[in-house]
Amino acid sequence: MTFSTATENKLQEIWARYPEGRKRSAVIPMLMYAQDEVGQVTSELVAEVAKRCEVTPLQVEEVVGYYSMLNKERMGKHHVQICTNIACLLMGGEELWNHATKRLGIGHKQVTADGLISLEEVECAGACSWAPCVVDGYEYHHHATIEKLDRLLDSIQKVN
Amino acid sequence: MFNDPHPDEVRVISKRFGLPNSASIDTYLANEGYVALMKAIEMSPEQIIDELKISSLRGRGGAGFPTGMKWSFIPRDNPKPKYVVVNADESEPGTCKDRLLIENDPHQLIEGCLIAARTIGCKKGYIYIRGEYRYLIDIMDKALAEAYAHGYLGKNIKGSGLDFDLYTHTGAGAYECGEESALLESLEGKRGVPRIRPPFPAVAGLYASPTVLNNVETFATVPAVLRMGGQAYADLGTPKNGGTRMLCVSGHVNRPGVYEVPLGFPMHKMIYEVCGGIRNGKKLKAVIPGGSSSPVLRAEECDFPMDYDNYARMKTMAGSGGMMVMDEDTDIVKVALRTMRFYAHESCGWCIPCREGTTWLRKILTRMDEGTGRRADIDLIHELAKNMLGRTFCPLGDAAAMPTIGFVEKFREEFEARLRETTVPVVSPDQLISIS
Repeated sequence: MTFSTATENKLQEIWARYPEGRKRSAVIPMLMYAQDEVGQVTSELVAEVAKRCEVTPLQVEEVVGYYSMLNKERMGKHHVQICTNIACLLMGGEELWNHATKRLGIGHKQVTADGLISLEEVECAGACSWAPCVVDGYEYHHHATIEKLDRLLDSIQKVN
Repeated sequence: MFNDPHPDEVRVISKRFGLPNSASIDTYLANEGYVALMKAIEMSPEQIIDELKISSLRGRGGAGFPTGMKWSFIPRDNPKPKYVVVNADESEPGTCKDRLLIENDPHQLIEGCLIAARTIGCKKGYIYIRGEYRYLIDIMDKALAEAYAHGYLGKNIKGSGLDFDLYTHTGAGAYECGEESALLESLEGKRGVPRIRPPFPAVAGLYASPTVLNNVETFATVPAVLRMGGQAYADLGTPKNGGTRMLCVSGHVNRPGVYEVPLGFPMHKMIYEVCGGIRNGKKLKAVIPGGSSSPVLRAEECDFPMDYDNYARMKTMAGSGGMMVMDEDTDIVKVALRTMRFYAHESCGWCIPCREGTTWLRKILTRMDEGTGRRADIDLIHELAKNMLGRTFCPLGDAAAMPTIGFVEKFREEFEARLRETTVPVVSPDQLISIS
Protein backbone atom coordinates (compact mmCIF):
# COMPACT_ATOMS: atom_id res chain seq x y z
CA MET A 1 0.00 0.00 0.00
CA THR A 2 1.42 3.40 -0.90
CA PHE A 3 0.87 6.72 0.80
CA SER A 4 1.68 10.32 -0.03
CA THR A 5 5.24 11.33 0.80
CA ALA A 6 4.08 13.39 3.78
CA THR A 7 2.08 10.53 5.28
CA GLU A 8 4.83 7.99 4.52
CA ASN A 9 7.36 10.20 6.29
CA LYS A 10 5.02 10.56 9.24
CA LEU A 11 4.52 6.79 9.46
CA GLN A 12 8.28 6.21 9.35
CA GLU A 13 8.82 8.83 12.03
CA ILE A 14 6.17 7.25 14.25
CA TRP A 15 7.60 3.75 13.78
CA ALA A 16 11.04 4.88 14.92
CA ARG A 17 9.75 6.13 18.27
CA TYR A 18 9.35 2.75 19.91
CA PRO A 19 12.06 0.38 21.13
CA GLU A 20 13.16 -2.63 19.15
CA GLY A 21 10.66 -5.44 19.58
CA ARG A 22 7.96 -2.98 20.68
CA LYS A 23 6.82 -1.75 17.27
CA ARG A 24 3.27 -2.80 18.06
CA SER A 25 3.06 0.51 19.92
CA ALA A 26 2.92 2.23 16.53
CA VAL A 27 -0.37 0.54 15.56
CA ILE A 28 -2.75 3.23 16.86
CA PRO A 29 -0.79 6.31 15.75
CA MET A 30 -0.20 4.73 12.31
CA LEU A 31 -3.89 3.95 11.90
CA MET A 32 -4.85 7.47 12.94
CA TYR A 33 -2.52 9.24 10.51
CA ALA A 34 -3.12 6.82 7.66
CA GLN A 35 -6.90 7.07 8.15
CA ASP A 36 -6.65 10.83 7.65
CA GLU A 37 -5.31 10.18 4.17
CA VAL A 38 -7.29 7.08 3.21
CA GLY A 39 -10.57 8.35 4.66
CA GLN A 40 -11.39 5.16 6.56
CA VAL A 41 -9.75 2.05 7.96
CA THR A 42 -9.88 -0.40 5.09
CA SER A 43 -8.88 -4.08 5.19
CA GLU A 44 -5.89 -3.13 3.05
CA LEU A 45 -4.83 -0.54 5.61
CA VAL A 46 -5.24 -3.04 8.45
CA ALA A 47 -2.98 -5.49 6.58
CA GLU A 48 -0.41 -2.79 5.85
CA VAL A 49 -0.22 -1.60 9.47
CA ALA A 50 -0.04 -5.21 10.69
CA LYS A 51 2.89 -5.87 8.34
CA ARG A 52 4.76 -2.72 9.37
CA CYS A 53 4.23 -3.32 13.09
CA GLU A 54 4.93 -7.05 12.89
CA VAL A 55 1.60 -8.12 14.38
CA THR A 56 -1.33 -10.08 12.97
CA PRO A 57 -4.18 -8.33 11.13
CA LEU A 58 -6.48 -9.64 13.87
CA GLN A 59 -4.49 -7.74 16.49
CA VAL A 60 -4.96 -4.58 14.44
CA GLU A 61 -8.68 -5.31 13.96
CA GLU A 62 -9.06 -5.64 17.74
CA VAL A 63 -7.75 -2.11 18.10
CA VAL A 64 -9.90 -0.72 15.28
CA GLY A 65 -13.02 -2.10 16.91
CA TYR A 66 -12.22 -0.51 20.25
CA TYR A 67 -11.39 3.14 19.55
CA SER A 68 -14.15 5.54 18.58
CA MET A 69 -11.99 7.65 16.26
CA LEU A 70 -11.08 4.73 14.02
CA ASN A 71 -13.80 4.32 11.41
CA LYS A 72 -14.30 1.34 9.16
CA GLU A 73 -17.06 3.23 7.36
CA ARG A 74 -16.14 6.23 5.27
CA MET A 75 -17.14 9.45 7.00
CA GLY A 76 -17.85 12.66 5.14
CA LYS A 77 -15.15 14.87 3.67
CA HIS A 78 -15.97 17.08 6.64
CA HIS A 79 -16.65 15.11 9.79
CA VAL A 80 -18.64 17.47 12.00
CA GLN A 81 -18.81 16.47 15.65
CA ILE A 82 -21.10 18.08 18.18
CA CYS A 83 -20.51 17.61 21.89
CA THR A 84 -23.61 17.17 24.04
CA ASN A 85 -21.88 16.08 27.21
CA ILE A 86 -22.71 17.81 30.51
CA ALA A 87 -20.95 21.18 30.09
CA CYS A 88 -22.14 21.45 26.49
CA LEU A 89 -25.62 20.18 27.44
CA LEU A 90 -25.89 22.99 29.99
CA MET A 91 -24.95 25.53 27.32
CA GLY A 92 -27.16 24.32 24.46
CA GLY A 93 -25.28 21.41 22.90
CA GLU A 94 -28.46 19.36 22.39
CA GLU A 95 -30.11 22.21 20.51
CA LEU A 96 -27.07 22.40 18.23
CA TRP A 97 -27.24 18.66 17.60
CA ASN A 98 -30.98 18.73 16.84
CA HIS A 99 -30.49 21.66 14.50
CA ALA A 100 -27.66 19.97 12.61
CA THR A 101 -29.57 16.72 12.16
CA LYS A 102 -32.63 18.56 10.85
CA ARG A 103 -30.67 20.79 8.53
CA LEU A 104 -28.60 17.99 7.03
CA GLY A 105 -31.23 15.26 7.25
CA ILE A 106 -28.76 12.77 8.70
CA GLY A 107 -28.18 11.26 12.12
CA HIS A 108 -25.31 10.00 14.23
CA LYS A 109 -22.39 8.72 12.13
CA GLN A 110 -24.35 9.21 8.93
CA VAL A 111 -23.11 10.94 5.80
CA THR A 112 -24.90 13.32 3.44
CA ALA A 113 -25.75 11.83 0.05
CA ASP A 114 -22.99 13.87 -1.63
CA GLY A 115 -20.42 12.49 0.83
CA LEU A 116 -19.52 15.99 1.93
CA ILE A 117 -20.56 16.05 5.59
CA SER A 118 -20.92 13.41 8.27
CA LEU A 119 -22.29 14.05 11.74
CA GLU A 120 -21.33 12.59 15.06
CA GLU A 121 -22.69 13.28 18.54
CA VAL A 122 -19.51 13.01 20.58
CA GLU A 123 -18.68 12.47 24.18
CA CYS A 124 -16.74 15.22 25.94
CA ALA A 125 -14.53 17.03 23.42
CA GLY A 126 -12.57 18.68 26.23
CA ALA A 127 -13.75 22.21 25.59
CA CYS A 128 -15.98 22.53 28.65
CA SER A 129 -15.03 26.07 29.65
CA TRP A 130 -15.81 27.26 26.12
CA ALA A 131 -18.97 25.21 25.66
CA PRO A 132 -20.85 24.37 23.60
CA CYS A 133 -18.36 22.98 21.17
CA VAL A 134 -18.42 21.85 17.55
CA VAL A 135 -15.41 20.10 15.99
CA ASP A 136 -14.86 19.99 12.22
CA GLY A 137 -12.23 17.31 11.63
CA TYR A 138 -9.65 18.34 14.22
CA GLU A 139 -10.64 22.00 14.28
CA TYR A 140 -12.42 23.27 17.38
CA HIS A 141 -15.21 25.86 17.27
CA HIS A 142 -15.93 27.17 20.76
CA HIS A 143 -18.93 29.04 22.19
CA ALA A 144 -20.96 27.62 19.33
CA THR A 145 -24.44 28.90 18.56
CA ILE A 146 -26.97 27.84 15.95
CA GLU A 147 -25.94 30.86 13.87
CA LYS A 148 -22.24 29.96 14.10
CA LEU A 149 -23.02 26.33 13.23
CA ASP A 150 -25.03 27.45 10.21
CA ARG A 151 -22.15 29.65 9.07
CA LEU A 152 -19.75 26.72 9.39
CA LEU A 153 -22.03 24.39 7.41
CA ASP A 154 -22.66 27.13 4.82
CA SER A 155 -18.93 27.63 4.34
CA ILE A 156 -18.32 23.88 3.96
CA GLN A 157 -21.12 23.56 1.42
CA LYS A 158 -20.10 26.69 -0.47
CA VAL A 159 -16.41 25.82 -0.80
CA ASN A 160 -17.15 22.27 -1.91
CA MET B 1 -8.74 30.96 25.23
CA PHE B 2 -7.87 31.93 28.77
CA ASN B 3 -9.23 34.89 30.66
CA ASP B 4 -7.12 37.80 31.86
CA PRO B 5 -5.69 36.99 35.28
CA HIS B 6 -8.15 37.57 38.09
CA PRO B 7 -6.62 39.37 41.12
CA ASP B 8 -7.37 36.33 43.29
CA GLU B 9 -5.52 33.95 41.02
CA VAL B 10 -2.01 32.78 41.90
CA ARG B 11 -0.40 31.91 38.60
CA VAL B 12 2.49 29.54 39.10
CA ILE B 13 2.20 27.09 36.21
CA SER B 14 0.04 29.40 34.11
CA LYS B 15 2.22 32.46 34.61
CA ARG B 16 3.55 32.36 31.05
CA PHE B 17 0.08 32.09 29.52
CA GLY B 18 -0.58 35.13 27.38
CA LEU B 19 3.07 36.02 26.79
CA PRO B 20 3.89 36.55 23.10
CA ASN B 21 4.87 33.20 21.56
CA SER B 22 4.43 31.60 24.96
CA ALA B 23 4.85 28.11 23.48
CA SER B 24 8.31 28.85 22.05
CA ILE B 25 11.53 27.84 23.74
CA ASP B 26 12.86 31.40 23.50
CA THR B 27 9.98 32.70 25.59
CA TYR B 28 10.40 29.80 27.98
CA LEU B 29 14.13 30.37 28.41
CA ALA B 30 13.57 34.09 28.95
CA ASN B 31 11.11 33.31 31.74
CA GLU B 32 12.92 30.89 34.09
CA GLY B 33 12.65 28.01 31.63
CA TYR B 34 14.85 24.95 32.24
CA VAL B 35 16.28 26.57 35.40
CA ALA B 36 14.76 23.80 37.50
CA LEU B 37 16.29 21.14 35.25
CA MET B 38 19.77 22.57 35.77
CA LYS B 39 19.05 22.56 39.49
CA ALA B 40 17.83 18.95 39.31
CA ILE B 41 21.03 17.90 37.56
CA GLU B 42 22.97 19.12 40.61
CA MET B 43 20.63 17.31 43.01
CA SER B 44 20.51 13.64 43.91
CA PRO B 45 17.32 11.69 43.09
CA GLU B 46 16.62 11.46 46.82
CA GLN B 47 16.87 15.24 47.17
CA ILE B 48 14.42 15.76 44.29
CA ILE B 49 11.95 13.31 45.82
CA ASP B 50 12.34 14.96 49.23
CA GLU B 51 11.61 18.35 47.71
CA LEU B 52 8.46 16.94 46.07
CA LYS B 53 7.39 15.40 49.36
CA ILE B 54 7.90 18.71 51.17
CA SER B 55 5.84 20.47 48.49
CA SER B 56 2.95 18.09 49.24
CA LEU B 57 2.22 18.06 45.52
CA ARG B 58 -0.59 15.59 44.92
CA GLY B 59 -1.48 14.06 41.56
CA ARG B 60 -3.61 16.46 39.58
CA GLY B 61 -5.25 13.88 37.34
CA GLY B 62 -7.90 12.82 39.79
CA ALA B 63 -6.54 10.41 42.37
CA GLY B 64 -4.56 12.98 44.35
CA PHE B 65 -1.78 10.56 45.26
CA PRO B 66 1.38 12.27 46.62
CA THR B 67 3.79 12.71 43.71
CA GLY B 68 7.03 12.41 45.68
CA MET B 69 5.90 9.12 47.14
CA LYS B 70 4.83 7.81 43.72
CA TRP B 71 8.24 8.56 42.26
CA SER B 72 9.99 6.98 45.23
CA PHE B 73 8.35 3.62 44.44
CA ILE B 74 10.52 3.17 41.32
CA PRO B 75 12.92 0.34 42.19
CA ARG B 76 16.56 1.35 41.83
CA ASP B 77 17.94 -2.12 41.36
CA ASN B 78 15.62 -3.16 38.51
CA PRO B 79 17.84 -3.70 35.45
CA LYS B 80 15.02 -3.02 32.96
CA PRO B 81 14.82 0.32 31.15
CA LYS B 82 12.61 2.83 32.96
CA TYR B 83 9.99 5.06 31.38
CA VAL B 84 8.28 8.40 31.94
CA VAL B 85 4.71 8.55 30.62
CA VAL B 86 2.52 11.65 30.58
CA ASN B 87 -1.21 11.18 30.76
CA ALA B 88 -2.55 13.84 28.41
CA ASP B 89 -5.67 11.86 27.61
CA GLU B 90 -7.83 14.57 29.12
CA SER B 91 -11.36 13.24 28.65
CA GLU B 92 -13.25 13.65 31.92
CA PRO B 93 -16.34 15.75 31.22
CA GLY B 94 -15.78 19.16 32.77
CA THR B 95 -12.02 19.08 32.32
CA CYS B 96 -10.03 21.15 29.82
CA LYS B 97 -6.96 22.40 31.69
CA ASP B 98 -4.27 20.18 30.20
CA ARG B 99 -5.15 21.61 26.80
CA LEU B 100 -4.10 25.06 27.93
CA LEU B 101 -0.95 23.82 29.64
CA ILE B 102 0.24 22.17 26.43
CA GLU B 103 -1.03 24.86 24.09
CA ASN B 104 0.55 27.73 25.99
CA ASP B 105 3.55 26.24 27.73
CA PRO B 106 4.67 22.89 26.30
CA HIS B 107 8.28 23.33 27.47
CA GLN B 108 7.13 23.40 31.08
CA LEU B 109 5.79 19.89 30.56
CA ILE B 110 8.99 18.79 28.82
CA GLU B 111 11.03 20.14 31.73
CA GLY B 112 8.84 18.24 34.20
CA CYS B 113 9.46 15.04 32.26
CA LEU B 114 13.20 15.69 32.18
CA ILE B 115 13.25 16.11 35.95
CA ALA B 116 11.33 12.86 36.33
CA ALA B 117 13.82 11.14 33.99
CA ARG B 118 16.73 12.51 36.00
CA THR B 119 15.09 11.29 39.23
CA ILE B 120 14.41 7.71 38.20
CA GLY B 121 17.26 7.21 35.74
CA CYS B 122 15.21 6.93 32.58
CA LYS B 123 16.13 7.46 28.94
CA LYS B 124 12.79 7.45 27.15
CA GLY B 125 9.37 8.96 27.68
CA TYR B 126 6.02 9.29 25.93
CA ILE B 127 3.32 11.92 26.08
CA TYR B 128 0.01 10.15 25.45
CA ILE B 129 -2.34 12.80 24.02
CA ARG B 130 -6.01 12.13 23.30
CA GLY B 131 -6.61 11.75 19.58
CA GLU B 132 -9.15 14.55 19.39
CA TYR B 133 -6.43 17.02 20.41
CA ARG B 134 -4.47 16.69 17.16
CA TYR B 135 -3.59 20.37 17.17
CA LEU B 136 -1.92 19.90 20.56
CA ILE B 137 0.16 17.06 19.18
CA ASP B 138 1.45 19.43 16.50
CA ILE B 139 2.28 22.07 19.13
CA MET B 140 3.98 19.49 21.34
CA ASP B 141 5.98 18.02 18.44
CA LYS B 142 7.21 21.49 17.54
CA ALA B 143 8.27 22.14 21.14
CA LEU B 144 10.05 18.79 21.30
CA ALA B 145 11.95 19.62 18.11
CA GLU B 146 12.99 22.95 19.67
CA ALA B 147 14.13 21.21 22.84
CA TYR B 148 16.27 18.79 20.77
CA ALA B 149 17.71 21.68 18.77
CA HIS B 150 18.68 23.50 21.97
CA GLY B 151 20.21 20.42 23.59
CA TYR B 152 17.52 19.90 26.21
CA LEU B 153 16.59 16.50 24.79
CA GLY B 154 18.77 13.80 23.29
CA LYS B 155 22.23 12.66 24.34
CA ASN B 156 24.28 14.16 27.17
CA ILE B 157 21.83 16.95 27.90
CA LYS B 158 23.72 20.17 28.64
CA GLY B 159 26.84 18.15 29.39
CA SER B 160 25.20 16.46 32.36
CA GLY B 161 25.51 12.90 31.11
CA LEU B 162 21.71 12.68 31.08
CA ASP B 163 20.25 11.07 27.93
CA PHE B 164 16.53 11.42 27.38
CA ASP B 165 14.24 11.10 24.38
CA LEU B 166 10.63 12.22 24.59
CA TYR B 167 7.89 11.54 22.03
CA THR B 168 4.21 12.22 21.54
CA HIS B 169 1.80 9.33 21.10
CA THR B 170 -1.75 9.81 19.90
CA GLY B 171 -4.78 8.11 21.40
CA ALA B 172 -7.78 7.33 19.22
CA GLY B 173 -10.84 8.20 21.28
CA ALA B 174 -11.36 6.20 24.46
CA TYR B 175 -11.97 7.80 27.86
CA GLU B 176 -10.88 4.57 29.51
CA CYS B 177 -7.33 5.24 28.33
CA GLY B 178 -7.08 7.99 30.94
CA GLU B 179 -6.90 5.20 33.53
CA GLU B 180 -3.20 4.61 33.95
CA SER B 181 -3.02 0.87 33.31
CA ALA B 182 -5.40 1.12 30.34
CA LEU B 183 -3.26 3.95 28.99
CA LEU B 184 -0.22 1.70 29.14
CA GLU B 185 -2.06 -1.07 27.28
CA SER B 186 -3.03 1.47 24.63
CA LEU B 187 0.53 2.78 24.43
CA GLU B 188 1.62 -0.79 23.76
CA GLY B 189 -0.72 -0.88 20.76
CA LYS B 190 -3.60 -2.80 22.27
CA ARG B 191 -7.18 -2.15 23.28
CA GLY B 192 -7.18 0.21 26.24
CA VAL B 193 -8.45 -2.09 28.96
CA PRO B 194 -7.25 -1.90 32.56
CA ARG B 195 -4.72 -4.25 34.08
CA ILE B 196 -5.17 -6.04 37.36
CA ARG B 197 -3.01 -4.37 39.99
CA PRO B 198 -0.65 -4.98 41.69
CA PRO B 199 1.87 -4.81 40.16
CA PHE B 200 1.57 -1.03 39.86
CA PRO B 201 3.22 0.89 37.02
CA ALA B 202 6.10 1.91 39.28
CA VAL B 203 7.18 -1.74 39.25
CA ALA B 204 5.71 -3.06 35.97
CA GLY B 205 4.41 -0.31 33.73
CA LEU B 206 5.19 0.30 30.06
CA TYR B 207 6.64 -2.87 28.50
CA ALA B 208 6.56 -4.36 32.02
CA SER B 209 9.25 -1.90 33.07
CA PRO B 210 9.24 0.57 35.98
CA THR B 211 7.28 3.62 34.88
CA VAL B 212 6.47 7.02 36.33
CA LEU B 213 3.05 7.98 35.03
CA ASN B 214 1.42 11.30 35.93
CA ASN B 215 -1.05 13.81 34.61
CA VAL B 216 0.09 16.81 32.51
CA GLU B 217 -0.57 19.28 35.32
CA THR B 218 1.45 17.24 37.80
CA PHE B 219 4.54 17.10 35.54
CA ALA B 220 4.07 20.77 34.64
CA THR B 221 4.15 21.68 38.33
CA VAL B 222 7.41 19.88 39.11
CA PRO B 223 9.73 22.59 37.64
CA ALA B 224 8.00 25.24 39.79
CA VAL B 225 8.46 23.11 42.90
CA LEU B 226 12.22 22.78 42.34
CA ARG B 227 12.60 26.42 41.31
CA MET B 228 10.69 27.83 44.28
CA GLY B 229 11.65 25.13 46.75
CA GLY B 230 9.19 22.59 48.07
CA GLN B 231 8.28 24.55 51.18
CA ALA B 232 7.56 27.80 49.32
CA TYR B 233 5.31 25.89 46.92
CA ALA B 234 3.55 24.07 49.76
CA ASP B 235 2.96 27.36 51.58
CA LEU B 236 0.76 28.56 48.72
CA GLY B 237 -1.87 25.99 49.67
CA THR B 238 -3.11 24.45 52.88
CA PRO B 239 -1.40 21.85 55.09
CA LYS B 240 -1.16 18.49 53.22
CA ASN B 241 -2.57 20.24 50.12
CA GLY B 242 0.40 22.08 48.71
CA GLY B 243 0.38 24.74 46.03
CA THR B 244 -2.08 25.75 43.39
CA ARG B 245 -4.54 24.00 41.08
CA MET B 246 -5.90 24.65 37.67
CA LEU B 247 -9.68 24.71 37.86
CA CYS B 248 -11.73 24.64 34.70
CA VAL B 249 -15.09 26.18 35.39
CA SER B 250 -17.95 25.60 32.99
CA GLY B 251 -21.71 25.87 32.92
CA HIS B 252 -23.93 28.71 34.03
CA VAL B 253 -21.40 31.26 35.30
CA ASN B 254 -20.74 34.64 33.75
CA ARG B 255 -17.03 33.99 33.19
CA PRO B 256 -16.37 30.32 32.58
CA GLY B 257 -12.70 29.57 32.05
CA VAL B 258 -9.55 27.97 33.39
CA TYR B 259 -8.14 29.58 36.53
CA GLU B 260 -5.16 28.82 38.75
CA VAL B 261 -5.93 29.30 42.42
CA PRO B 262 -4.26 28.17 45.65
CA LEU B 263 -5.55 24.95 47.16
CA GLY B 264 -8.00 25.93 49.87
CA PHE B 265 -9.57 28.69 47.77
CA PRO B 266 -13.24 29.13 48.78
CA MET B 267 -15.71 27.65 46.29
CA HIS B 268 -18.27 30.40 46.87
CA LYS B 269 -15.66 33.06 46.04
CA MET B 270 -14.63 31.08 42.97
CA ILE B 271 -18.17 31.06 41.62
CA TYR B 272 -19.29 34.53 42.60
CA GLU B 273 -16.11 36.61 42.36
CA VAL B 274 -13.62 34.93 40.05
CA CYS B 275 -16.26 33.58 37.67
CA GLY B 276 -18.63 36.53 38.03
CA GLY B 277 -21.60 34.71 39.58
CA ILE B 278 -24.51 32.91 37.97
CA ARG B 279 -25.50 34.23 34.57
CA ASN B 280 -28.80 35.96 33.89
CA GLY B 281 -29.23 36.71 37.60
CA LYS B 282 -30.31 33.14 38.30
CA LYS B 283 -29.75 31.27 41.54
CA LEU B 284 -27.16 28.56 41.98
CA LYS B 285 -28.64 25.09 42.13
CA ALA B 286 -25.71 22.68 42.16
CA VAL B 287 -22.04 22.16 41.35
CA ILE B 288 -20.26 19.08 40.06
CA PRO B 289 -16.92 20.01 41.62
CA GLY B 290 -14.21 17.85 40.08
CA GLY B 291 -15.27 16.43 36.75
CA SER B 292 -18.24 14.20 35.99
CA SER B 293 -17.13 11.43 38.35
CA SER B 294 -17.33 13.63 41.44
CA PRO B 295 -20.61 13.61 43.40
CA VAL B 296 -22.73 16.72 42.99
CA LEU B 297 -23.08 19.39 45.68
CA ARG B 298 -26.28 21.31 46.40
CA ALA B 299 -26.05 25.12 46.40
CA GLU B 300 -26.00 25.33 50.19
CA GLU B 301 -22.96 23.01 50.30
CA CYS B 302 -20.86 25.16 47.96
CA ASP B 303 -19.03 27.28 50.49
CA PHE B 304 -15.88 25.55 51.67
CA PRO B 305 -12.12 25.84 51.08
CA MET B 306 -11.37 23.69 48.04
CA ASP B 307 -8.62 21.28 49.00
CA TYR B 308 -8.43 17.51 48.79
CA ASP B 309 -9.37 17.00 52.44
CA ASN B 310 -12.36 19.34 52.39
CA TYR B 311 -13.70 17.79 49.21
CA ALA B 312 -13.52 14.44 51.00
CA ARG B 313 -15.28 15.94 54.04
CA MET B 314 -18.05 17.05 51.70
CA LYS B 315 -18.23 13.44 50.40
CA THR B 316 -17.09 14.45 46.95
CA MET B 317 -13.66 14.88 45.37
CA ALA B 318 -11.25 17.31 43.76
CA GLY B 319 -10.94 14.97 40.79
CA SER B 320 -9.56 16.56 37.68
CA GLY B 321 -10.52 20.10 38.63
CA GLY B 322 -13.54 20.35 36.33
CA MET B 323 -16.19 22.45 38.08
CA MET B 324 -19.55 22.39 36.32
CA VAL B 325 -21.93 25.00 37.71
CA MET B 326 -25.68 24.62 37.30
CA ASP B 327 -28.36 27.25 37.77
CA GLU B 328 -31.85 26.85 39.24
CA ASP B 329 -33.39 25.86 35.88
CA THR B 330 -31.13 22.84 35.39
CA ASP B 331 -32.88 19.50 34.98
CA ILE B 332 -30.94 17.17 37.26
CA VAL B 333 -32.55 14.01 35.86
CA LYS B 334 -31.32 15.01 32.41
CA VAL B 335 -27.84 15.72 33.77
CA ALA B 336 -27.81 12.33 35.52
CA LEU B 337 -28.87 10.65 32.28
CA ARG B 338 -26.25 12.47 30.19
CA THR B 339 -23.61 11.50 32.72
CA MET B 340 -24.60 7.85 32.49
CA ARG B 341 -24.80 7.91 28.70
CA PHE B 342 -21.17 8.94 28.82
CA TYR B 343 -20.07 6.15 31.14
CA ALA B 344 -22.10 3.50 29.33
CA HIS B 345 -20.50 4.61 26.06
CA GLU B 346 -17.01 4.72 27.50
CA SER B 347 -17.06 1.55 29.60
CA CYS B 348 -14.42 -0.68 28.06
CA GLY B 349 -16.56 -3.76 28.67
CA TRP B 350 -13.76 -5.60 30.42
CA CYS B 351 -15.69 -6.29 33.63
CA ILE B 352 -19.36 -7.07 34.08
CA PRO B 353 -20.35 -4.72 36.93
CA CYS B 354 -19.25 -1.73 34.87
CA ARG B 355 -20.34 -2.89 31.43
CA GLU B 356 -23.79 -4.09 32.52
CA GLY B 357 -24.25 -1.63 35.38
CA THR B 358 -23.70 1.50 33.31
CA THR B 359 -25.93 0.22 30.51
CA TRP B 360 -28.69 -0.75 32.91
CA LEU B 361 -28.51 2.62 34.68
CA ARG B 362 -28.60 4.42 31.35
CA LYS B 363 -31.75 2.55 30.37
CA ILE B 364 -33.53 3.29 33.65
CA LEU B 365 -32.53 6.96 33.56
CA THR B 366 -33.68 7.15 29.94
CA ARG B 367 -37.17 5.95 30.74
CA MET B 368 -37.30 8.25 33.74
CA ASP B 369 -36.29 11.20 31.56
CA GLU B 370 -38.79 10.22 28.88
CA GLY B 371 -41.64 10.15 31.40
CA THR B 372 -42.17 6.41 31.54
CA GLY B 373 -40.33 5.74 34.79
CA ARG B 374 -41.63 3.43 37.47
CA ARG B 375 -42.00 4.10 41.19
CA ALA B 376 -39.36 1.53 42.06
CA ASP B 377 -36.84 3.08 39.66
CA ILE B 378 -35.45 5.69 42.04
CA ASP B 379 -34.41 3.10 44.61
CA LEU B 380 -33.30 0.78 41.84
CA ILE B 381 -30.92 3.42 40.45
CA HIS B 382 -29.54 4.03 43.93
CA GLU B 383 -29.17 0.35 44.72
CA LEU B 384 -27.58 -0.51 41.37
CA ALA B 385 -25.04 2.28 41.64
CA LYS B 386 -24.16 1.26 45.21
CA ASN B 387 -23.63 -2.31 44.06
CA MET B 388 -21.19 -1.18 41.39
CA LEU B 389 -19.03 0.74 43.87
CA GLY B 390 -15.71 -0.96 44.51
CA ARG B 391 -16.59 -3.97 42.38
CA THR B 392 -14.92 -3.08 39.10
CA PHE B 393 -11.37 -3.63 37.82
CA CYS B 394 -10.74 0.06 37.43
CA PRO B 395 -12.19 3.33 38.73
CA LEU B 396 -14.53 3.85 35.74
CA GLY B 397 -17.24 1.86 37.50
CA ASP B 398 -16.86 3.97 40.62
CA ALA B 399 -16.75 7.10 38.48
CA ALA B 400 -20.15 6.16 37.09
CA ALA B 401 -21.64 5.05 40.40
CA MET B 402 -20.53 7.88 42.68
CA PRO B 403 -22.19 10.79 40.87
CA THR B 404 -25.35 8.72 40.32
CA ILE B 405 -25.67 8.01 44.04
CA GLY B 406 -25.09 11.73 44.63
CA PHE B 407 -27.77 12.82 42.16
CA VAL B 408 -30.37 10.54 43.72
CA GLU B 409 -29.49 11.33 47.33
CA LYS B 410 -29.16 15.09 46.85
CA PHE B 411 -32.01 15.64 44.40
CA ARG B 412 -34.45 12.84 45.15
CA GLU B 413 -37.33 15.31 44.99
CA GLU B 414 -36.58 15.93 41.29
CA PHE B 415 -36.70 12.24 40.50
CA GLU B 416 -39.99 11.99 42.45
CA ALA B 417 -41.40 14.97 40.56
CA ARG B 418 -40.46 13.37 37.26
CA LEU B 419 -42.44 10.28 38.27
CA ARG B 420 -45.50 12.41 38.97
CA GLU B 421 -45.28 13.54 35.35
CA THR B 422 -45.09 9.94 34.20
CA THR B 423 -47.76 8.74 31.84
CA VAL B 424 -48.17 5.04 32.42
CA PRO B 425 -48.97 3.46 29.08
CA VAL B 426 -52.40 1.86 28.97
CA VAL B 427 -52.19 -1.70 27.69
CA SER B 428 -55.25 -3.00 25.96
CA PRO B 429 -56.44 -6.62 26.37
CA ASP B 430 -55.53 -7.22 22.72
CA GLN B 431 -51.97 -6.09 23.36
CA LEU B 432 -51.77 -8.29 26.46
CA ILE B 433 -52.85 -11.27 24.41
CA SER B 434 -50.29 -10.47 21.71
CA ILE B 435 -47.56 -10.08 24.34
CA SER B 436 -48.35 -13.42 25.94
